[in-house]
Amino acid sequence: MVKIEGIDKLLAEHPFFKDMPIDARKTLAGCAKNERIEPGDYLAQEGNAADKFYLIRSGALAVECHVPSGDNLVIETLHTGEVFGWSWMVPPYEWNFDIRAVDLTRVISLDAACLRKKITKDKLLGFELYSRFIPILAKRLHSTRQQLTDLYGKS
Amino acid sequence: MTSKTAVKRSPKTADDAQPDTRPDAPRDAPLDAMMPVPFRIVKRTQELADTFTIELTPASGRGGAFAFRPGQFNMLYAFGVGEVPISISGDPANPKKLIHTIRNVGAVTQAISNMKVGDEIGVRGPFGSAWPVEKAEGSDVLIITGGIGLAPLRPAIDHVLANRGKYGRFVILYGARSPADVLFMEQLTAWRGRLDTYVDVTVDHATRDWAGNVGVVTRLIERANFDAYHAKAFICGPELMMRFTIKELSSRGLKDEDIYVSMERNMKCAIGHCGHCQFGGKFVCKDGPVFPYSSVNALLKVRGL
Repeated sequence: MVKIEGIDKLLAEHPFFKDMPIDARKTLAGCAKNERIEPGDYLAQEGNAADKFYLIRSGALAVECHVPSGDNLVIETLHTGEVFGWSWMVPPYEWNFDIRAVDLTRVISLDAACLRKKITKDKLLGFELYSRFIPILAKRLHSTRQQLTDLYGKS
Repeated sequence: MTSKTAVKRSPKTADDAQPDTRPDAPRDAPLDAMMPVPFRIVKRTQELADTFTIELTPASGRGGAFAFRPGQFNMLYAFGVGEVPISISGDPANPKKLIHTIRNVGAVTQAISNMKVGDEIGVRGPFGSAWPVEKAEGSDVLIITGGIGLAPLRPAIDHVLANRGKYGRFVILYGARSPADVLFMEQLTAWRGRLDTYVDVTVDHATRDWAGNVGVVTRLIERANFDAYHAKAFICGPELMMRFTIKELSSRGLKDEDIYVSMERNMKCAIGHCGHCQFGGKFVCKDGPVFPYSSVNALLKVRGL
């Protein structure tokens, strides 16, 4: 049984929820769950249903792309205070990459079906959520574009 | 080092790097600054697939100190091939060891790469401005670099660590293409092991056996703990990396005058005469290579310059 009060406190501590109206946060807390991932365990795998998104409370996650050689390619790491997973917002709601815990990682997961149901009913709640995702998406896109420039190459 | 060579030093800091455009402005370099002095390679270390370090001693056999300031460079002459500007990567407190770390990118660096211990190489220098390590005393110091850019900053890191009590928080952020491209891995590990230094390293891509960060170096800035209003940042790397880094630092509150960059242009004479490295109204060899960002920010926005 999820204790909403405890989860809401954890949500309030996470940067993603900074300045979110308390009512909206408490509503979202009903979709949230505290989770612990052991080092090396996978939280998501390419092609599987993207049924959650995650707030990292501590630890580190690696975003990986599996390659034929069997040795996955790590393309990004995410750390304490960051958010991962937006495939739940975009059809067909499938993960595009694998996600592995690098260290012992503590996260809060938010259930996608629960979220979609709530934001369909409450457009303002959807706005609160999406307006927090957009800057993260923009930042990740910007970082990815920097990576594409071969930033440390021969100048 | 012979006393003749020692007078060639140009011990400026980047803060003195405002160009004096008066026709009668004093010149930094003496007339013999164009004369290479023969040195002998006493040690060669292959750092990465395309990067190596050489340690030099005067070929005359008369040892001595090659005094330099962190950030300065020498012109290295591969006899019969050509000259190339290379930053000094050794410890300024140990000037008997003249050390350069070089990436093999062209004909001259290829010729130097082919040299062996005992071979001779011409040296002119040291030239140029330095990282303002004295001015940074009392402040937090951020070293942000990528690829081969760590080499010109290593003397500044050595200086700060040797005088650790004079500085606030000390942050070193380094990015490379892959784990196999991380320069000075052993030293980075040793610096990271210190309790008074924050070191974070990232690569663009890796396999699972890499337990460190993956992502661009600018993303390390948000996790580093420093006081943006009492910090000096020293940045060295490709210009694109420096631009992105400056943008991130500015968004965190660092003022332009607290950010220093090491510029790279086509340096030939190294004394501001030939004009090859002209950068707006400045010469990178003479007025730089280390500049306060506040003095070059407008120039960095000029396309094609």
